[in-house]
Amino acid sequence: MSTPLAAGPTATPAAPAEAMVELQEVHKWYDQFHVLRNINLRVARGERIVVCGPSGSGKSTMIRCINRLEEHQRGRIVVDGVELTSDVKNIERIRSEVGMVFQHFNLFPHLTVLENCVLAPMWVRKTPRRQAEETAMEYLERVRIPEQARKYPGQLSGGQQQRVAIARSLCMRPKVMLFDEPTSALDPEMIKEVLDVMVGLAESGMTMLCVTHEMGFAKTVANRVIFMDRGEIVEENEPEAFFTHPRQERTKLFLSQILGH
Amino acid sequence: MAAVPRQPDLPPPAAATGALGWVRRNLFDSPLNGALTLLAVYLLYLVVPPFVEWAILKADWSGTTAKDCSRAGACWVFIGVRLNQFFYGFYPVAEQWRVNTCLALLVAFVVPLFIKRFALKQWLGAVLLVVYPVVAFHLLVGGHFGLAHVETSKWGGLSLTLVIAIVGMVAALPLGILLALGRRATNMPVLKALCVAFIELWRGVPLITVLFMSSVMLPFFLPEGMNFDKLLRALIGVALFEAAYMAEVVRGGLQGIPKGQFEAAAALGLGFWRSTILVILPQALKLVIPGIVNTFIALFKDTSLVLIIGLFDLLGSIQAANSDTNWLGFSTEGYVFAACVYWVFCFGMSRYSQWLERKLHTGHRR
Repeated sequence: MSTPLAAGPTATPAAPAEAMVELQEVHKWYDQFHVLRNINLRVARGERIVVCGPSGSGKSTMIRCINRLEEHQRGRIVVDGVELTSDVKNIERIRSEVGMVFQHFNLFPHLTVLENCVLAPMWVRKTPRRQAEETAMEYLERVRIPEQARKYPGQLSGGQQQRVAIARSLCMRPKVMLFDEPTSALDPEMIKEVLDVMVGLAESGMTMLCVTHEMGFAKTVANRVIFMDRGEIVEENEPEAFFTHPRQERTKLFLSQILGH
Repeated sequence: MAAVPRQPDLPPPAAATGALGWVRRNLFDSPLNGALTLLAVYLLYLVVPPFVEWAILKADWSGTTAKDCSRAGACWVFIGVRLNQFFYGFYPVAEQWRVNTCLALLVAFVVPLFIKRFALKQWLGAVLLVVYPVVAFHLLVGGHFGLAHVETSKWGGLSLTLVIAIVGMVAALPLGILLALGRRATNMPVLKALCVAFIELWRGVPLITVLFMSSVMLPFFLPEGMNFDKLLRALIGVALFEAAYMAEVVRGGLQGIPKGQFEAAAALGLGFWRSTILVILPQALKLVIPGIVNTFIALFKDTSLVLIIGLFDLLGSIQAANSDTNWLGFSTEGYVFAACVYWVFCFGMSRYSQWLERKLHTGHRR
């Protein structure tokens, strides 16, 4: 099987010594369907990566493998020096260091915003309630909705819910943040408030992997843009070069489809 | 640019509101509905006045023997004379304070749980679940601390109904939850198969069979000399039987929880038990409150089946009273009384569940 990219040398920025997340020759199948093909990716500490590609290209699956929401069947995934194995304790440890923001927010509807934020710190990190609440309020202020702390998720708008979801993840003080199409389920007027929060987070030096089609966000924030198609990484480059001089035909086609209107 | 002025708020049309509007909308909104409304009123006219006449207007309320009954209407004297037996069964009169104490303790423990600002709810709940059963057991059975031993065969009446129903509910819910979780454990095929087998086996047989098995057949399988209490066997039978039903109700709730909830909990580093207890179950159980209460109500009424293994619960003690030669011919009063008591408890549960649903509503379902 030929993988055009994995073999060919692509001009990635010189990889810094310290890898936060590393995927080596990762493969995954759903039954017979080969969803991830020989994925190699190295994310340095503090690096911000945007992953894009057509639907069904495996981009969500790839980042969901990093915290084991999906299981990879071949290859290695190393997060902050710990290899992801099927050991449950190991998985839980990695998950507590890796924050994730979902397309559909997935806030816990039976808990208030504040309770959503303190749940994991209290039960996983064993943080005392008072301290966990202080941290939660700090992050809710950072995502600019401290006044909603006592409300239930069902009483908030989509944009507000997504910002709460980001705060909830941050309350675990993760070393990496994964974003799985965080603005795709939002009404247009709410996308900006979520992106603003993400830009702020990027500026604070968080290591981020974002699956998104927000190319403006990619241009302003990303260190690298990765283009995936049919389960493989087709092209990766700095955003400027990626958007102005795509090298692969598939990338050109994709960019013309999403930017051409 | 000239601003377009906002249109003012207008009141809704008058025909849509008010009592007359309600009557028109709900009772006479079409010729068919109008006819059905009149028919219903006529049927009520046929049934309600005679019943009220029998049950209240022409009924006898005071007296001590069957001779005090005029027989023109219901004779509630029968119920009044037997009330003690209907409530305590054959529990010795001198010891009935123990039953009362148990009930009073239960009320004393449960009522604060409903007070909003009561701070120690969790502790009280734990005491209720752990300490209270032990205390209640020793109080009712006796044999220690100078309390006379009262055999369970002497228990009866409403108090026995309550014992069976409460023990059944308290045991069936957690057991049902565990079975439901087990049945969903696709990564543990043996556990899953065991849970499926248990649920399908118990759901597939009538409760009467279970009770018969527990009281008549089980002793044959037990080793010589090993014999445990008939009531205890019935309790275990009822609890396991209802647990199988509860498991399917809870499983329905678990299936109603979106996958994203499991994923979000997992992504935060919460393990299986913590995500289940903190995130999934609170939502799943809330979703199936109607189903859980449905099962509880069915259980409450099913307790009357213990009659066939010789335990005299509320209905059993009423039937026993019906065959009293001094009081022949008053079975209607007995059954009406039984129906009223069962109805009060079941309706209470139903109202409680509706209140609970409203209380737990957090505005995420629109």
